Amino acid sequence: MKFGVIVFPGSNCDDDMVYVLGKLMQQDVVKLWHKDHDLQGCDFLVVPGGFAYGDYLRAGAIARFSPIMESVIAHAQNGGNVMGICNGFQILTEAGLLPGALLQNNNQKYVCKNIYLKPQTTDTLFTRQLNAEQAYKIPIAHGEGRYHASPEILKQLNDNNQVLFRYCDQDGNINETANPNGSLENIAGISNEGRNVFGMMPHPERASDNLLGNTDGRKFFESVIGQVLV
Amino acid sequence: MKFQAEIDIMPRAEILDPQGKAVKLGLGNLGINNVNDIRVGKHIVMNLEAENLEEAKQKTETACKKLLANMIVEEYTYKINLEI
Repeated sequence: MKFGVIVFPGSNCDDDMVYVLGKLMQQDVVKLWHKDHDLQGCDFLVVPGGFAYGDYLRAGAIARFSPIMESVIAHAQNGGNVMGICNGFQILTEAGLLPGALLQNNNQKYVCKNIYLKPQTTDTLFTRQLNAEQAYKIPIAHGEGRYHASPEILKQLNDNNQVLFRYCDQDGNINETANPNGSLENIAGISNEGRNVFGMMPHPERASDNLLGNTDGRKFFESVIGQVLV
Repeated sequence: MKFQAEIDIMPRAEILDPQGKAVKLGLGNLGINNVNDIRVGKHIVMNLEAENLEEAKQKTETACKKLLANMIVEEYTYKINLEI
């Protein structure tokens, strides 16, 4: 599997993602510049975190119209895999590849800390090797991470098993005190209906290297790789 | 013809607006009390050229729907003036 990490002006987690995929996961990975259209034969696209276009207007709004996004949207519509982390998640919602929107945190703060995530489904490429009973410690760093969707969309997400992760406490309890940003129903990550597009606010790539003292995030990437190696 | 579109974008009524909440707190500290609610949006001024008013409206509508506002969480209003 060949990975492509998309780089916008203002992306700042692209190098971390390339490091995790290339060095730690031993995968073929290239960076894809936002002004290009060519996906260079990549199978799995990653839209990394950062502040694409300075978050002007709304986080992700302007990046959505970068030339490469036409190719990313076509790739997703053909069933190709796309994953957005943090700002990447915001970009994918703005592009209409994932339902809902990410709003300013309800506590009026930029939140940068470790939180816990509970997988809600293992029925995706991205979560298939995770333990649905475990609370994974993963860092977040965002000012606009409050997931919002209409009641109809929310019902659809729940009915179709599209919620990938919810914020929980250390023991895996999903409650309001474990919700760092006011997201609806503690939603931290979702997939599209086709289960080939993934988005999450937390940063598993920042919890993958032994040197950082937390490798809970590794398993997310091992899930993706796993299916290929099987 | 030259037109100027003045666009207002506001968070939808049912959406919590943390920015508005923070501003309300600030007003209280300033001594301005009895402010029941504040919501913060964006005012965008767009100078554009179009064949006629109808085309100017269409361009403004498209700009609002596709980029300037996120219709899931925001709504927009605008007026268009002919620039002389």
